[in-house]
Amino acid sequence: MLKNATGNVVLGLCAGLLFGAGLLISGMANPAKVLNFLDVLGHWDPSLGFVMGGAVACTLIGYPLVQRRAQPVFNNSFQLPTRRDIDRPLVVGAVLFGTGWGVSGYCPGPLWTSLAGLAPGTLIFAAFMLAGMWATSLMKQYKTPA
Amino acid sequence: MLPSTFTEFTPLASLVGGVMIGVSALLVLLLFGRIAGISGITKAGLLIPSEDWLWRIAFLLGLVFAPWLMTALGLDQWGLSFVSSLPVSENLTSMALAGLAVGIGTTIGSGCTSGHGVCGLGRRSMRSLIAVIIFMLTAAAVVAVLRHLI
Repeated sequence: MLKNATGNVVLGLCAGLLFGAGLLISGMANPAKVLNFLDVLGHWDPSLGFVMGGAVACTLIGYPLVQRRAQPVFNNSFQLPTRRDIDRPLVVGAVLFGTGWGVSGYCPGPLWTSLAGLAPGTLIFAAFMLAGMWATSLMKQYKTPA
Repeated sequence: MLPSTFTEFTPLASLVGGVMIGVSALLVLLLFGRIAGISGITKAGLLIPSEDWLWRIAFLLGLVFAPWLMTALGLDQWGLSFVSSLPVSENLTSMALAGLAVGIGTTIGSGCTSGHGVCGLGRRSMRSLIAVIIFMLTAAAVVAVLRHLI
């Protein structure tokens, strides 16, 4: 349930700007840096380990603190994933995602943040990523009617 | 694939940027009660009907406009001139296929670097840990093959 539309827009925008600024400053928005992190046999650049380390340290410490609240500020309840099983879609999806990430150096966050560069490769990647998400979401809906 | 370009090791900037990403993920949980997974936010904000799409669209706009903010703050080395000079592969066929694989993979596998990585590991989720290990190893293997075997 949506509470306070203005708050949703303003603070959603602020959270996105902060996330995007983090991607830019950390170097994660640079596909060359991502590929050099993945390239353990070449000129390995371990920087992205520090990005992940800094971010996960925050969520490890902060998530339990935030969840002490009865409910989030703009919603009636916390809605977090509850599944615990390791199933085939999880594994197949991770392999597919890893393949696309390794070929391009792009995952969804950095893609959005570097869209303003308007490089043809970025724009094509974005269009096909959205198409893949849309088509797969449709198929998922047919398979598991909610 | 992209020819190998040298990048400098930037532990401090990367750590600071990582903490900013983590704080943003905490804000998303505190404000909206949700995981800050960019693939999920993209889908529920733009592609499939969802009740609370408003903050998601605003969040995505924040990601897109972050380079303008950095330039406005006088940090152009991380702003518009940075994103305009990024080395992006010019092989459009491979970029299209990679985009398709990321779109399908993150939907089947329920998450990407942010949802499974930043948020899932923070929640101590076994599913996310498995996903992160698999997509990291796969991506490293793909880079190894494309850069060193072919």
